[in-house]
Amino acid sequence: MAVKAAGRASSRNHDNPIPKPELIQLLTPEGELTPHPDYPLELSVDEIKSLYRDLVLVRRIDFEAIALQRKGELGIWASLLGQEAAQVGSGRALEPRDMAFPTYREHGVAWCRGLDPVKLLELFRGVNFGGWDPREHNFHLYTIVIGAQTLHATGYAMGIQRDGAVGGEDGEAVIAYFGDGATSQGDVNESFIWASVNNAPIVFFCQNNQWAISAPLEKQTRVPLYQRAQGFGFPGLRVDGNDVLACLAVTRKALQAAREGQGPTMIEAYTYRMGAHTTTDDPTRYRLSAELESWKLKDPIERVRQYLIRPGLAKEDFFAAVNAEADEIGARIRQACETMPDPEPLSMFDHVYAEPNALVAAEREQAAAYISSFMTEDGAR
Amino acid sequence: MTVLTLSRALNEGLRKAMENDPKVLIMGEDVGKLGGVFRVTDGLQKDFGEDRVMDTPLAESGIVGTAIGLALRGYRPVCEIQFDGFIFPAFDQIVSQLAKMPYRSGGVVKLPIVIRVPFGGGIGAVEHHSESPEVFFVHTSGLRVISCGDPADGYAMIQQAISSDDPVLFFEPKRRYWDKTEVDLAGGVAAALPMDRARTLASGTDVTVLCYGPMVRTCMEAAAAAESEGRSIEVIDLRSLSPLDTETIFASVRKTGRCVVVHEAPVTAGLGAEIAARVTQECFYHLEAPVLRVGGYSTPYPPARIEEHYLPDLDRVLDAVDRAFAY
Ligand SMILES: Cc1ncc(C[n+]2csc(CCOP(=O)(O)OP(=O)(O)O)c2C)c(N)n1
Ligand SMILES: [Mg+2]
Repeated sequence: MAVKAAGRASSRNHDNPIPKPELIQLLTPEGELTPHPDYPLELSVDEIKSLYRDLVLVRRIDFEAIALQRKGELGIWASLLGQEAAQVGSGRALEPRDMAFPTYREHGVAWCRGLDPVKLLELFRGVNFGGWDPREHNFHLYTIVIGAQTLHATGYAMGIQRDGAVGGEDGEAVIAYFGDGATSQGDVNESFIWASVNNAPIVFFCQNNQWAISAPLEKQTRVPLYQRAQGFGFPGLRVDGNDVLACLAVTRKALQAAREGQGPTMIEAYTYRMGAHTTTDDPTRYRLSAELESWKLKDPIERVRQYLIRPGLAKEDFFAAVNAEADEIGARIRQACETMPDPEPLSMFDHVYAEPNALVAAEREQAAAYISSFMTEDGAR
Repeated sequence: MTVLTLSRALNEGLRKAMENDPKVLIMGEDVGKLGGVFRVTDGLQKDFGEDRVMDTPLAESGIVGTAIGLALRGYRPVCEIQFDGFIFPAFDQIVSQLAKMPYRSGGVVKLPIVIRVPFGGGIGAVEHHSESPEVFFVHTSGLRVISCGDPADGYAMIQQAISSDDPVLFFEPKRRYWDKTEVDLAGGVAAALPMDRARTLASGTDVTVLCYGPMVRTCMEAAAAAESEGRSIEVIDLRSLSPLDTETIFASVRKTGRCVVVHEAPVTAGLGAEIAARVTQECFYHLEAPVLRVGGYSTPYPPARIEEHYLPDLDRVLDAVDRAFAY
């Protein structure tokens, strides 16, 4: 029994002219440099090589993690496949003193911040909930509740303002990562407002990978996402999220503006989630493989390789060395994961509160007694 | 009778409700083409169209808030919250709006909305995917809170929830989605036990074990194990957490003289606390032992690799039964 379809909201019935989005790109999928007047980027060949290295290494880490999940070593994994350039480009734009607030997919940013990938495996294996010190690499814990971290990032940026760490030589900035789906959350919209009215030193970095699990972009928006920024009172722009050079250039500029006291910028990195949402997802239920095929032609790594294989830039031994390093990292994290011990059961009672807590202490004792009642003489369970 | 998984039984129940009433709508994240991450709404969008099975934008407050608006306009929305831990962005809409608007209107406004929530742990998930937030809603007047323990109840109770004129929080034990039982698809829901009644699943004489959702199977297994030790456990699936079927509970406890309440949610201020207080008050002279509670600890839900030590299991239930006998 269908409800009357007339006048249903899901077909567009007014024709607002929406300006065609401009996509900032510095390196084409074919590996051609296309300089942009607003985003001059002077990089040595060595710097481009080192970006290439990061792209390859984070893809390898991701690949290993998927394999580990398949073998039952991880509970789940959220793949960054296809989003390497957005993450490495923006991640490399950060200064050590800047602060990053990631989602659960920012393995490439984690890498750029210097976090050991094994820490990520601990989370996805179910050993802990991150458990790294956010201050050590100025890289906050992964946030799974969609959008929540954008408010934390904004508040942190407001703290930077109060510390007077904006405007000077050594100004600091914050970057908040989130997805296209997250832009629908109240928290994200509130963070835009807070950042705007406070002129906070923050960059909102949205990886529009076209999908929020099975929901395509059209379920979240009718305007290009970066255009939302204008309504909140700060600039927004769209960058080719598969172009590591462009992502680096636009993020650098936006961070610099934030550090100088010019307030927030929203960057929409236009990219594609090449894999499943997570290892438990089956994208064949909701999207066509033709879409995937068309994005493969825009691969973020291949275009850098195409550029670098030009005569006089990188030789075969460079690529071989990067691959060898990837193999090494792959082997290292695989081994670390396979030999990772489970936490002590009683560790669940640790750090519930900062101050001593009688209730938690009493329950820990009860649990200890209960668990040890199962122990055999030699201490085995 | 047809043998169905809980996920499938809920799906059949939703389908029946949609066939019977064109005002029934389904809304949530990934409920359309994907059929929900647990496949509970599988195939419904294909058969009923996108107007009736809506993939919403990614915002829980929006899901519940717009469901309220649709209900004001005469619809009966069934909202899916993808995982227990993601109900909190909708908390204000549920607690301050959904629960109170009928009261505020002096009974003029009815909000026949069902909010389905896969809940509980034991599936090895990451943070926010294994929680048991039911008691927040039990604490909130104006909401009915129910939970199904098996496919047959899932099939009937989801339909009863949809036809109720009250808002219903419907908690589905996610680790039991693939458990199977026989379901009577032909029999009408009219013949089924009303959703606000508890069900005695095993009769016994020595101790009453009260449970719901994922703990139903655990407690049934505990009862079977206890039987071999000569202990007779009466297992009651509460089904309705708000209101409680106190008549069934009190009658059982007066008979057995002992009561153990089991849930995954933390013991502290959990449903067991409410039951313990009421049973103590109403069955005081029948009690051989204090009401005991088995549940999660006063910690956040722990990482998956140690969740088995957090979750009540057969041994923890039997341990409480032993303690009840030790008084
Ligand atoms: C508040 C909340 N609701 C629902 C979910 C379940 N969920 C996990 S990821 C996801 C989609 C996120 O899409 P997007 O923001 O585009 O990020 P992407 O996964 O594509 O990187 C959903 C709905 C969640 N984690 N948090
Ligand atoms: Mg996305």
